Amino acid sequence: MPKPQQTPPLELDGVRLHVVSGKGGTGKSTVAGALAIALATGGGNVLLVEVEGRQGIAQLFDIPPLSYGEQRIAAAPGGGTVYGLAIDPEAAMLEYLEMFYNIKRGGAVLKRVGAVDFATTIAPGVRDVLLTGKTGEAARRKAGGRFVYDAVVVDAPPTGRIARFLTANHEAAELARVGPIKNQADTVMNVFRSGQTLVHLVTLLEEMPVQETVEGMQDLASQDLPMGAVVVNMSRPPMVSDEEEHDLALMDDAQFADSLRRADLEFIAEDPPALAGLRAEFEDYRTRRDLEEQERSKLLELHHPIIELPWVPEGVDLGTLYEMAELLGDQGAN
Amino acid sequence: MPAQRKGPPPLHVHAPDRLDMDRLIGDPATRILLCCGSGGVGKTTTAAALGLRAAEQGRSVVVLTIDPARRLAQSMGLTELDNIPRRVEGIGEESGGELFAMMLDMKRTFDELVETHAEPERVEQILANPFYQSLSSSLAGTQEYMAMEKLGQLSEQARREGRWDLIVVDTPPSRNALDFLDAPHRLGSFLDGRFVRVLSAPARGAGRGLGRFVGAGLGIVGNIMHKIVGAQLLLEVSMFVQALDSIFGGFRERAERTYAMLQRPGTHFLVVAAPERDALREAAYFVDRLQQDSMPLAGLVLNRVVEPRVGSLGLEQAVAGAERLHVDGASHADLAAAGALRLHAERARTSARQERLSERFTSSHPSVAVARVPALADDVHDLEGLREISGYLAHGMPSAVDPG
Repeated sequence: MPKPQQTPPLELDGVRLHVVSGKGGTGKSTVAGALAIALATGGGNVLLVEVEGRQGIAQLFDIPPLSYGEQRIAAAPGGGTVYGLAIDPEAAMLEYLEMFYNIKRGGAVLKRVGAVDFATTIAPGVRDVLLTGKTGEAARRKAGGRFVYDAVVVDAPPTGRIARFLTANHEAAELARVGPIKNQADTVMNVFRSGQTLVHLVTLLEEMPVQETVEGMQDLASQDLPMGAVVVNMSRPPMVSDEEEHDLALMDDAQFADSLRRADLEFIAEDPPALAGLRAEFEDYRTRRDLEEQERSKLLELHHPIIELPWVPEGVDLGTLYEMAELLGDQGAN
Repeated sequence: MPAQRKGPPPLHVHAPDRLDMDRLIGDPATRILLCCGSGGVGKTTTAAALGLRAAEQGRSVVVLTIDPARRLAQSMGLTELDNIPRRVEGIGEESGGELFAMMLDMKRTFDELVETHAEPERVEQILANPFYQSLSSSLAGTQEYMAMEKLGQLSEQARREGRWDLIVVDTPPSRNALDFLDAPHRLGSFLDGRFVRVLSAPARGAGRGLGRFVGAGLGIVGNIMHKIVGAQLLLEVSMFVQALDSIFGGFRERAERTYAMLQRPGTHFLVVAAPERDALREAAYFVDRLQQDSMPLAGLVLNRVVEPRVGSLGLEQAVAGAERLHVDGASHADLAAAGALRLHAERARTSARQERLSERFTSSHPSVAVARVPALADDVHDLEGLREISGYLAHGMPSAVDPG
């Protein structure tokens, strides 16, 4: 649960594109989904984008697999709407060719000789250029002088790849040097490096995810990419108070046994191995909490906004997703 | 009371077979062990622990890790990513075994591949090409190709030098565990395609200008490509692809040979998971896929299993006891004891939930043997920690009443 800590608050004024990354297994798809609902809460249109072809949005929102195209996936409290888009690199490439080169029939030819397949699965960075290009396009899109989406949330690749993912267009611009590829790439990079974009990193209070978060932030900083919040996911609330913890550590076996008798647990009080087992469980708990605190203090040292979301023992379903969204909103993500 | 009504028969709960780990790693016919599963479930730790155990039982082992946690790498004396198997010091060598470990350096492996297979005068040209540099370090899937490649190399080296008799591999932390199996095929199907020829055409005809491109019989494609990427870029891509062409053949053949090697006797897959919904779902996909591809599955390693240390105290009893103590005016001691009972109840609850999830897995995959490793309070950071894990892998969980 959120603790009063000395971290700066999350500033979202003018931010229209939220990139959610994190180490595998930290629940970044869940956080991205909840963030989309949180941002749509109270009205507005928010687009949730997935780029890894796993149909994670469909799974999360409990709907049939998304075809390529933006579709309404959920209503947010207070009249907002969440749209979903599962970007298919192949379709994005054909769309790109049509949009920028007016190539329609040629797309089919390219596909037949394997050029599309090459570009979207083998060629370095092209896939990322297409995915981020499409995302940037959605964030910039206007109709009748107004932005179509008030915010776009991307369920992005994991922390280890995020800086490269977001700078793929920079590389493309360097390689192309001139021409339409460069222009398009520059436009996308401008969106990422302007105040319109924030990258949020999801982590757990464990060694590896925290290490990756710290390294990921360094990568982002070195590429001039704007870091938003660190989202501590699956955070477990303390099970005993500080006072209880202190007393339990000091209590001897006789006192412990007396208390257990008053709890009508005579058979445990009389069973030394069971008594020792309960104490060992307490020690396990303390060790784990200490490790979590160590990791938490590493995150606090980063001096970035920290948002905490609780562990959901049974796994996140649609109902808990909305509860997560509410918690995100309470912590400034709205 | 009405006459007793017949209800439905109760569901059968299947208990999985225990995975006989010592037999698996002790069998000289076992040459390759692959640990796979989704990210964050302890694949690397499992691979390292099994490597250590096998070495201490007398085998000559090399562990190939992909992206180990810093402390785990340090526990094996690995301080840098240098692509060379390093001897791990401090293992029990009484039985004549030895342990080597290495971290995969994806870019280095790719460079070596170029150095080995490309024509000598082209090596520098390829390594310096901007496309190559981007491809070798950023391409999604490269890690999978290179892990397979490295496995193939280690296996060859082992055979040639009569050196290691067991290779333990930790697969890349891709979100989709199946990528590891699919990557080499994907590369193969690309190389089979006409597109490689199209791409390399301009460079082949570079001396005579780009007109040669159209002459290649694929004019429409050439024109479109020209329009999209421009002449200069197209030429650079083309030179790169043509330069790589010479090594592609060798590479592809090797990738296929490595894939075939995975189907041979002597190779065993261990699917690693945590007793959580998503991780077990991934594990189930992977098990199904292995069976479909006739890949030999040794079993499931279930990490981070939570079990109460006091088997005699049930969840409800603990909750009731805590409530009885937690009243207004209760003494400090009683409140503290109530806290201990709540901790136990939480642990029992988690354990019951995990139990349900693993029963579900076993019901749908009854033939998969399982090894269970308890959730440890601390991360593994030395050989002693790895030994502890390997003990659980071989002998199962400690009994509930034993507090040690």
